[in-house]
Amino acid sequence: MNTVFGIHGGIHPPEEKALSNPGTILDAGIPPTLVLPLSQHIGKPSNLEVGVGEHVLGGQLLAAADGLVSVPLHAPTSGTVTAIEPRPVPHPSGMENICLELSCDGRAQWLDTSGFANWTEEKPEVLVEAIRAAGIAGMGGAGFPTAVKLLAPQRAPMHTLIINGTECEPYITADDTLMQVEAACIVEGAEILAHILGVERILFGVEDNKPAALAAMKAAADGAGRPCEVMAFPTKYPSGGEKQLIEILTGKQVPTGGLPADLGIVCQNPGTAVAVRDAICDGKPLTDRLVTLTGRALARPGNYRVRLGTPIEYLLQVAGFEPKENRRLIHGGPMMGFALESSSVPVVKTTNCILVPTEQELPTPPPAQACIRCGLCAEACPASLLPQQLYWYARARDQEQLERHHLSDCIECGACSWVCPSHIPLVQYYRAAKGMIADSKAEKVRSDRSRGRFEARQERLEHETAAREAQRAARRAAAQKKAAEGGAEDPVAAAIARAKAKKEAAANESDPS
Amino acid sequence: MSFLRITSPHGHGPMTTTQVMQMVLLATLPGVAALTWFFGPGTLINIAFGGALALACEYLVLRLRNREPTPYLKDYSVLVTSTLLCIALPPYAPWWLVMTGILAAVILGKHVFGGLGYNPFNPAMVGYVVLLISFPLQMSSWQAPRGLGDMPGLSEALTALFLPATYDGVTMATPLDLLRQNKGLLMEDLYQQTPQFGQWAGVGWEWVNIAFLAGGLWLIYRGIFTWHAPLAMLVMLGLCAAIGFDSGSSESGGSPLLHWLSGATMFGAFFIITDPVSGATSNRGRLLFGALVGILLYLIRVHGNYPDAVAFAVLILNFAAPFIDQYTQPTTYGHRPIKEDDE
Repeated sequence: MNTVFGIHGGIHPPEEKALSNPGTILDAGIPPTLVLPLSQHIGKPSNLEVGVGEHVLGGQLLAAADGLVSVPLHAPTSGTVTAIEPRPVPHPSGMENICLELSCDGRAQWLDTSGFANWTEEKPEVLVEAIRAAGIAGMGGAGFPTAVKLLAPQRAPMHTLIINGTECEPYITADDTLMQVEAACIVEGAEILAHILGVERILFGVEDNKPAALAAMKAAADGAGRPCEVMAFPTKYPSGGEKQLIEILTGKQVPTGGLPADLGIVCQNPGTAVAVRDAICDGKPLTDRLVTLTGRALARPGNYRVRLGTPIEYLLQVAGFEPKENRRLIHGGPMMGFALESSSVPVVKTTNCILVPTEQELPTPPPAQACIRCGLCAEACPASLLPQQLYWYARARDQEQLERHHLSDCIECGACSWVCPSHIPLVQYYRAAKGMIADSKAEKVRSDRSRGRFEARQERLEHETAAREAQRAARRAAAQKKAAEGGAEDPVAAAIARAKAKKEAAANESDPS
Repeated sequence: MSFLRITSPHGHGPMTTTQVMQMVLLATLPGVAALTWFFGPGTLINIAFGGALALACEYLVLRLRNREPTPYLKDYSVLVTSTLLCIALPPYAPWWLVMTGILAAVILGKHVFGGLGYNPFNPAMVGYVVLLISFPLQMSSWQAPRGLGDMPGLSEALTALFLPATYDGVTMATPLDLLRQNKGLLMEDLYQQTPQFGQWAGVGWEWVNIAFLAGGLWLIYRGIFTWHAPLAMLVMLGLCAAIGFDSGSSESGGSPLLHWLSGATMFGAFFIITDPVSGATSNRGRLLFGALVGILLYLIRVHGNYPDAVAFAVLILNFAAPFIDQYTQPTTYGHRPIKEDDE
């Protein structure tokens, strides 16, 4: 048994996991219409392959990947494409994006698919291509195309695959449920990923507040074909942050600005592992996912299997939403999720939780009080930052000090805001400050570029002037030299002599020059 | 249906700034009780009178600054300032002394800089030093401890406060005064021949310090502040005293135990240098801040002009706190130098 390591800071918010009854998967059903954004991942939006009015089958390709960092999109059920237009998508800004509306026919007719009979004999490139074709993007939250993560130019030889089953966010139990119900699929998916990466060992990291998931994962890992270890560690938020989990399981820190790959480590989410297994073994593209519908404003909270594109308002009906006392609708968990303005947005590949708390449950924050630099935030910060200092520098827009205090290493976990006795929305200040720094860096790049252009032009103009000057000087010198050589020859006589010579030459029909 | 747009995190922990302040007030209780037991009700009267003045002063200044007073008054911070100042004042001080101290603390120490959170100096210590420099006589008249003089009652305490001209109390040099004035006695003889010295330090003072230590440890246990600054201060004070002890000769600076349990040592270590606003902010910084306070405290006590020096030491280090902060940043995640085996 490997030992686990501690991390700095962290908090223990109320877990509220029992509310969504982990361990049971419910079916959310097929809604009348699905709304499928063309960009559900990090990278370029996919390119449409179907048009309005076209009938599609479940699993059919709707949009193809555009370039390397992009993933395709498939129909989650059979139906007719009824609109392709901008619609609100789940995003903190409430922005709109191109979406495809699919009117479901309720017959759930699927394309026949089949996977690899024996993936152990396939080459990694073939399997990665199959993963890309299945439209898989990281299902933990960021939505980075999985195939790209597997292909990424590897700076160090990979030796460890970590399956991140920490799920440290309060309320969410989707990964917990998946580990309890589909442990064997997670392990097989992890083995496929390990085969592709050529890593020696697989670590499954699970917080110790999920005994059922731990037992199921241990049982499944025993049958695996390569060294697998299920590691339990103390429950603490945010142990599930990729960098934090790596430190807990290996004792190593991902260098600032670097990737886990620099340490020879790749992290994947259990949901992603199952999606990979389904894609490789069954040829099934990613068209649904587990979503925790929870919060005390719901009569039937639970973990639902939801077809991608299902409008959240439909899910709220399914889960028995009672709208009277509610004020917030959260996409994700209470610590890092973002509040949605409207329930018309659809579930996407990164939607792991829809949280609908009552006002008593998660009260509207009171007005912020003064920062007394008590340092509770610094005690809670998992990145060992000084949030109280960053707060002052963010308010002062002091870019130099913000960078000196490593603002860019902030993972925006929200632990500092959670403990702040003055209720200061610290993370919001850091997001704004990061935006400010990004803007000013972009501005600097732009101004550097135009300065470069200006200087190049100046240089070119100077060159041209100098060249002209040099030509003129050369001509002048030549003329003077000639004049000096020819003594005090009369220029008029010389011109006449030249003209005479020309005429003679023309008469002789030879070249006049 | 439209929902509220609030950025994450959506939950919040149980602690509020008001609670932090209330807990600090609560933690002064053992020390205040010990002061009251050994020196009579003077400190209690100071705290009550000073607290009322401070609230009134805070209210007026907030109105002058065009701030809605209620939310600020509810944070209890001004009561913490006034209580800490009144604990430090001599019991049976006249009303004008208390008032001058409160006005200096609340207005000069806090509001001229922008109020709570913006003050570079510890407001209670600003008030204390203004008084110490302006009224050295009144500030050094300490009531004789229980057993060494008549213990004033409540009516005497009120007389002392409001009709200072008619009050005639029994004051006595404190052990730190005696230590500084001592020219010829070995430490052992000083303890035996002077009634003000008790078992470890001064009569009464040793228990007052132990009581403040207890309150401070409770605050550390509750997570209100960390152990770094108090421990560093006490360790450095003890170290300096051990070096200057001179095996208890007549030139001795006093033993570590004497320094730990005398004057405002424990009160300072747990209630003054732990003020987060004016102190260093990182744990490394707090270690340095506390250690420097400890050294300064010893130097001023033994080689300076004042018998006790917590206020001076703290104010001087308040100047240095922003500078200390610049050089005591913790090592951020991912900034650790990479070891060979990490490769």
